[in-house]
Amino acid sequence: MRMQNPRQVYGETLLELGRKNRNIVVLEADLSKSTMTCLFEKEFPERFFEMGIGEANMTSFAGGLSLTGKIAFTNSFAVFASGRAYDQIRQGISIPKLNVKIVGSSAGLSDFGDGATHQSVEDVAIMRAIPNMTVLVPADGIETRKTTKIIAEYQGPVYMRINRNDLPDLFPEDQEFEIGKSYLIRKGKDVVVFANGIMVSKAVQAAERLEGEGISVRVVNVSSLKPTNEDDIKILASGVKGIVTAEEHSLIGGLASVITYILRGSGVRIISIGIEDEFGQSAHNYDDLLRDYKLTEENIIGSIKQLVR
Amino acid sequence: MNTTTAELEKKARALRLDIIKMIGVGQKGHLGGSCSLAEIVAALYFYKMKHDPKNPQWEDRDRFLLSKGHAALIQYAALAECGYFPKAEIDKVKCLGAMLQGHPDMLTTPGIEANTGSLGQGLSLACGIAAGLKLDRKTSKVYCIVGDGEIAEGQIWEAAMTASYYKLDNLTAILDRNGLQATGTIVERYDTNPLVDKWKAFGWYVTEMDGHDLQEIIATLDQVDKIAGKPKMIIARTVKGKGIPFAENNVAFHNGKLTQEQYEEACADLA
Repeated sequence: MRMQNPRQVYGETLLELGRKNRNIVVLEADLSKSTMTCLFEKEFPERFFEMGIGEANMTSFAGGLSLTGKIAFTNSFAVFASGRAYDQIRQGISIPKLNVKIVGSSAGLSDFGDGATHQSVEDVAIMRAIPNMTVLVPADGIETRKTTKIIAEYQGPVYMRINRNDLPDLFPEDQEFEIGKSYLIRKGKDVVVFANGIMVSKAVQAAERLEGEGISVRVVNVSSLKPTNEDDIKILASGVKGIVTAEEHSLIGGLASVITYILRGSGVRIISIGIEDEFGQSAHNYDDLLRDYKLTEENIIGSIKQLVR
Repeated sequence: MNTTTAELEKKARALRLDIIKMIGVGQKGHLGGSCSLAEIVAALYFYKMKHDPKNPQWEDRDRFLLSKGHAALIQYAALAECGYFPKAEIDKVKCLGAMLQGHPDMLTTPGIEANTGSLGQGLSLACGIAAGLKLDRKTSKVYCIVGDGEIAEGQIWEAAMTASYYKLDNLTAILDRNGLQATGTIVERYDTNPLVDKWKAFGWYVTEMDGHDLQEIIATLDQVDKIAGKPKMIIARTVKGKGIPFAENNVAFHNGKLTQEQYEEACADLA
């Protein structure tokens, strides 16, 4: 399976968008070599704004640029893009629905070495809570590329969360995406796993392993955390013995909240995998960290088995 | 423009009267910081800025942002006087469902350029607009009013660095130095001085003016047009509550209520 780095894909897509549309502008808070906006900077220095290490000002400044018809992409690590600029996103951008795209890079635990200060466990929750905000979490390189294009077309504020590390391709190249939709990745009838980000590929691996044991697992990618088409979820959740949600984010305010809210009153059993109410920490590699937080294929398998028992 | 200072003085008086009418009796309103800006706002809307009330989105217009968004009443008075919306709207300010919200809202109010009110953000928004206009090779100017209490917000200084780094000489900030913040004097509560040296150190062209002397205001606004390569900061010495004798320099009228007697007294003074 081909692996792609979502940051690289994002940087290349921004460049591609910039070539087609001169209204695309990119703002950066001294992380351009990490977020890969350096690719855009090289070709379009006039439309690239290095804002220094100042996310608040970067975000409001992007709002100002959007008021002159620009499509402004702000970039930083997810924890800073959402957290350090929370009030700027809320007040100056989301209330008046400005056309600003906030891209949170190195999201979740994916900046494994830097520890709690640089890992975002609550970014989706705080962005989802803001009225008028759209929140998207692509699951692979293909979805990252298409989502970057979609949000450039969409008029209004968007938060997009992308992983730091390589992810396996899950979708065919010609897959179409739209804001709000959830996608069936793998058919199955016993249990459905609603997942996003890196947890989608882990759910697929879990489903493949369980197939040999006679357990049929449906996998759904819920990348649009707001809005989320409720009918998609209800239809994709139908006919199974139980549901697993899996996300690289706090269990508060992310995918678990979305799914359990949509399926409230249905009586279906749901097990949620995610980060308990705690911060991240440093590790020498991403897999060790994911394992420590039980964000693993094995945990998905165990949860599914509990539901079919 | 041929507007004389006498005509502008009349406008400033009319704007103050509208502020009093918007506040009314028994409801809180940001009287002090709105009245301190009456002459400056009158000079911008009725003398200096290129704008078209019939076409608020005219792409070549100059932009006005009130970073100290709580002084919205003075902008509402000016916009109504210009004809951006019917004067009847000012009677409904802050009513449920009204066009005129407690702080500026570009979605509800024609002529409002950005949503401000969470202090410290308007200057960054103004910088972004100025940069966008430069990208488009537009000659429009951006005016942004900040408060002397507001500049305690760190984001103001992030924006200050950005404006000089990007040489935003189409941006003029006016600092409403009325010397009072919500809970007392700037000097006693949280001293943001010295102003001139700070802004100079951040790479701005800095000048000062009497914010109630229309001749000086006009001359200063015209003079800063000649400065190229730097953002401009005009520090305006003003009196909070100016024009309403009982409210002048009185911190109780930062966001206070008027009694029936005070309302009538203010109206009579300004009539």
